[in-house]
Amino acid sequence: MSILIDENTRVIVQGATGRDGSFHLRSMKTDGTKIVAGVTPGKGGADVDGIPVFNSVAEAENAGDADASVIFVPAKFASEAMKEASDAGIPLIICITEGVPVLDMVEIYHLVRSRGQVLIGPNSPGLICPGKCKIGIMPASIHKPGKVGVISRSGTLTYEVVHALTQAGLGQSTCIGIGGDSIIGTGYLDLLERFEADEGTDAVVLIGEIGGDTEERAAEFIRASMLTPVVAFISGRSAPEGKRMGHAGAIISGGQGTAEAKVAAFKAVGVPVADTPNAIPALIANRRA
Amino acid sequence: MKIHEYQARDLFRQYGIPVNDYKLVRTPEEARSASEGWKQVVVKAQVLTGGRGKAGGVKLADNALEVETKAAKILGMDIKGYTVEKILVCDAAPIAKEHYLGMVLDRSRQGITLMLTDQGGVDIEELAVKDPDAIHKMTLYPHLPIDEKALEAFLGKAIPGDSQRKQALDATEALFTLFLATDASLAEINPYALTPDGEMIALDGKMNFDDSALFKHPEIAALKNLEEDSADEFEAREKNLSFVSLDGDIGCVVNGAGLAMATLDLIKHYGGNPANFLDVGGSSNPQKVADALNIILRNPKVKAILINIFGGITRCDDIANGLLMAREQLDINVPMVIRLVGTNQKEGRAILESAGLKAGDDLDDAVKSVIAVAGGSA
Repeated sequence: MSILIDENTRVIVQGATGRDGSFHLRSMKTDGTKIVAGVTPGKGGADVDGIPVFNSVAEAENAGDADASVIFVPAKFASEAMKEASDAGIPLIICITEGVPVLDMVEIYHLVRSRGQVLIGPNSPGLICPGKCKIGIMPASIHKPGKVGVISRSGTLTYEVVHALTQAGLGQSTCIGIGGDSIIGTGYLDLLERFEADEGTDAVVLIGEIGGDTEERAAEFIRASMLTPVVAFISGRSAPEGKRMGHAGAIISGGQGTAEAKVAAFKAVGVPVADTPNAIPALIANRRA
Repeated sequence: MKIHEYQARDLFRQYGIPVNDYKLVRTPEEARSASEGWKQVVVKAQVLTGGRGKAGGVKLADNALEVETKAAKILGMDIKGYTVEKILVCDAAPIAKEHYLGMVLDRSRQGITLMLTDQGGVDIEELAVKDPDAIHKMTLYPHLPIDEKALEAFLGKAIPGDSQRKQALDATEALFTLFLATDASLAEINPYALTPDGEMIALDGKMNFDDSALFKHPEIAALKNLEEDSADEFEAREKNLSFVSLDGDIGCVVNGAGLAMATLDLIKHYGGNPANFLDVGGSSNPQKVADALNIILRNPKVKAILINIFGGITRCDDIANGLLMAREQLDINVPMVIRLVGTNQKEGRAILESAGLKAGDDLDDAVKSVIAVAGGSA
């Protein structure tokens, strides 16, 4: 079992003929994902690695009966691409693109929510259900099928944590990068709720970072609504105030969003917080025992 | 991106928000002549940081001579690391009450939060901590028109007079239009003053903009002040690297912001002190690695460098080639510890080994050894 995707998920790739899009289309296909169509305006009729390319998501949806669409288009066009996928009625939209204007995202956030669709990202590495389906840019080779769910605001840090889990023999049910921007389609709460309901997940790793208050709210949700054990990790403990650490959302301002506050929030509800990524597997083993 | 007060005032004027009269000057003499005819003058340092008043960068002057001497005092002053090169002279308005009116992108409400209090002025941040309920809040959305009735009721919480409330309504709508039209992330009027004549006017302004949206607004991008970033940070941005200077002695090159932060944390955890945050991003361009090392090596405090790469989109062989390229282009006179795993790890390590460089597997081990070679405790 897994959340959001499985071996039957049919996927459209927006920006399929671009440098990143075509590379990852091939990689996802190699990793077993059911890619049904690509989209690049003006390139309809072409194909990438045997996958037909259409001019619009609506055309691709008609032809491919898709469950999900993953977006690799440049930042300037990513907002339109998300709206197009939403207009075409795609239930799950994943935006990999980084640098989407935030006010555009506010509008898109409310648009997809009002339609009952799920948007992951932007600035997300995507999600993977090891051995079944990968929609994103993560290296599938470090994953292993299993029962640990992983949710993270980061990309490569997630790989680091997944690598540590796999090395320790802990496989994963679904790993999701929710994106490092300040406005994202889906946050921790929705995904924690899905993991809680998923029979194939028996522990969750939540990887947070400085900025905002979503980790604090996640801690409250875990206390109130979860039986599945959760282990947390927070990056940015050594970050200075007022400096944005790469991610648009990773900034401590006005004393808000500090790592200390987040660590304290988790500890207060009985969620152990790992000091280092390599310390996570042992904490999970403890919580499961 | 941040802008100066005078630039925010220019935008306020353009969008019809009343401001008291002001002029930007660069010398004490200019300050004197620019403020001729004003009864009382506020002389204000223009720097990209808050707390100017408390740092002595804002002074009141009662005559032309005072304007000149106070301007001379403020020019060249250092405020939180910024040197004052420009000052603003303003026609001092009599104040009956100071309000605060602000809008900020609010990630937890997925909207724009409008904030208002009749306890505006320099202590607004303290108020926000001490008595958050004294600041009234209302959420606005970029895709929805403002509900004027609700807004008027909201403004009434801090602005009782009918005429003043009407003025504030117009100003709030104008500020919202400006916010949306420029993809701002913050817009503040503080103080938003009530004069004894019953006029509501902006006596100061602050705006920040979304860097990711600047491509839509060349006129806003043109307001960029180079002093916002350190020279290194500026160069890093030009080279598409995400870089922040810190005060330690271990240089860091990492791919991905989250992993880069976690790497700094780990260095601190094991007793070391990082010199910088640097995310080379997800690209596979070897030159970026060389550019990154070039920026780090310019810092004389750096005693050792940690390269931590977890290949995903980034390929380890590209990173290895970048390291060799950097060795040819630069004089690398400090030890480097390399940790290289992920996509094309085998190929990357083979490239390094052929050049006599070794790469490790484990992150904790790499961090401990870089601290050791930098002369730290681990």
